Amino acid sequence: MMEARTSAVSGWTSERFRQNIGRLIVIILVTLGALVAIFPLWWMFNSSLKTRFTVIRFPPELIPVRSHWENYPEALTFMPFNIFFRNTFFYATVAVIGELFSSSLVAFGFARLRARYSNILFILVLSTMMLPYQVTMIPQYIMFSLLKWIDSYRPLLLPKFFGSAYLIFLLRQFYLGIPREMDEAAKIDGCSYLRLWWYITLPLSKSALVAVIIFSFMWHWNDYLGPLIYLNKETLLTVSIGLSWFTAAYGGTPWHLLMAASLVFTLPPLILFFFSQRYFIQGIVISGVKG
Amino acid sequence: MLSPPPFLSGGEDCKVRVLSPQARREERAFYLFLLPWIIGLIVFTAGPVVVSFLLSFTKYDMVSVPEIRGAGNYTELFRDPLFWKSLKITLYYTTLAVPLGMMVALLIAMLLNQRVPFLPFYRTLYYVPSITPAVAGALLWQWLLNPDFGIVNYYIFKIFRVRGPQWFFSEQWVIPSFAIMSLWGVGQAVVIFLASLQSVPTTFYEAATVDGAGPLAKFFRITIPMISPTILFLLVTGIIGSFQVFTPIFVITVGRGGPNYASLVYVLYLFQNAFRNFRMGYAAAQAWILFLVILLLTLLVLKISRSWVYYEAER
Repeated sequence: MMEARTSAVSGWTSERFRQNIGRLIVIILVTLGALVAIFPLWWMFNSSLKTRFTVIRFPPELIPVRSHWENYPEALTFMPFNIFFRNTFFYATVAVIGELFSSSLVAFGFARLRARYSNILFILVLSTMMLPYQVTMIPQYIMFSLLKWIDSYRPLLLPKFFGSAYLIFLLRQFYLGIPREMDEAAKIDGCSYLRLWWYITLPLSKSALVAVIIFSFMWHWNDYLGPLIYLNKETLLTVSIGLSWFTAAYGGTPWHLLMAASLVFTLPPLILFFFSQRYFIQGIVISGVKG
Repeated sequence: MLSPPPFLSGGEDCKVRVLSPQARREERAFYLFLLPWIIGLIVFTAGPVVVSFLLSFTKYDMVSVPEIRGAGNYTELFRDPLFWKSLKITLYYTTLAVPLGMMVALLIAMLLNQRVPFLPFYRTLYYVPSITPAVAGALLWQWLLNPDFGIVNYYIFKIFRVRGPQWFFSEQWVIPSFAIMSLWGVGQAVVIFLASLQSVPTTFYEAATVDGAGPLAKFFRITIPMISPTILFLLVTGIIGSFQVFTPIFVITVGRGGPNYASLVYVLYLFQNAFRNFRMGYAAAQAWILFLVILLLTLLVLKISRSWVYYEAER
């Protein structure tokens, strides 16, 4: 009876109290989860500042007592990483340009121009996404090796200029959201379709194009299988290949140096992500939810 | 008198076939805009698909002329214990990584959806691991899960007073280790789930509260049906992706799929046959079987999905 009365009197406050407790628990859980998610990267940074002895010492220092920044130059000069970074940057940049231009042209065709087999062709675009790369990888490799293009960037870059199914899909979804009245106005002016694409559609879809640039840059920055198949010469390697050979080349595993090199490799995509988060998240959402 | 051929008679047919000059111009422009993709489709996709199919019936080592083998590659594959092993390992990895990843991602997304303050900040923290390049991530996890000096085994010993598993060096643990490592990359799924959860109208939950529904009923009767298209999307892309898992396993096991082939996933074995043993025909047959397996699995999931995926437009 006592209980009934208190709850009747403070019904509103206890409900409020319960809600607040619930929110507090949620915030604690979310924070703990975020710490777990971020800890490995902290550990990468932390290990990169230790020496070859302190990095394997127990108990491990969760915050390094002395920071050995000299690990960075050592890790980056042990292999010709400057060349690897230049190669990776070159590969990613040219690939982005190729994919951006070709995919946005094709996406414009699908989103804006009426044609009889448009839908069938678009389904074909989507179904090529289903096809595993492994099916086309072997004949492509044979083709490029017959052309004597192995150990060059041509087999990796040429296909990028013919559109990527995923990006075509993403950009088409975005273009469909741009009001058509814009193009009608331009058409009356006698604007050709190419100019329509360049002067109307592209400026109106900056955020989607930024998302495409980031996606494409990150894929190629991270790409492993392509360079692994086509590149052998040391002067041509990308960072991802160089990094994966680090241990073998060093003989034994210098964890502190390996983590330093890994962190430097992780930084460019990370910085890019922080500067363009909004577009990035939007791109993921367009492809995931509307798709 | 001859009647006109069918395509010249009938108003409706005519409209479909004979396009106005404007429509014709638009259609020509359409194909011009599609030209890069059409060329790419022929040269880099359709052509190679045909070649790879033909190749799968030959023996080809990149040096001598291809030799016709008939179904030899396929019958050899079906008798190859490593082929079956790689298929089994890949299935095992998929059944661990995909459901686990989706459950963790949904859990995080639902927590984030509870009007958490600084939501963009938290979302960023959960997403950042997905930004880490695959090779850097693989090396990092090799270090975290190092059996002797890794931080994970250190804490396992400190808290439970038992020696932690050998992780990537143990036949039983190597695939679970890769599945745990893949969990670190659930950020992408979290972002997609979160966007989907945010699109569920709050009025549904309010109405359910008025009707006296508890949190569990709300979850199973409102949340799950409303986000079911997203679940399906992540399930299908997750299965396709984990069936093709390659880079982390290649990096950590130095291309071997060890220990004792315990992590020889399908694509790794395919890669070994193609680019280590130069058995191009054999590898092409493997690629085709992979394609069929993925296709069948996807169709199966889509078929089953009809019973549990809810599309608002259909109602």
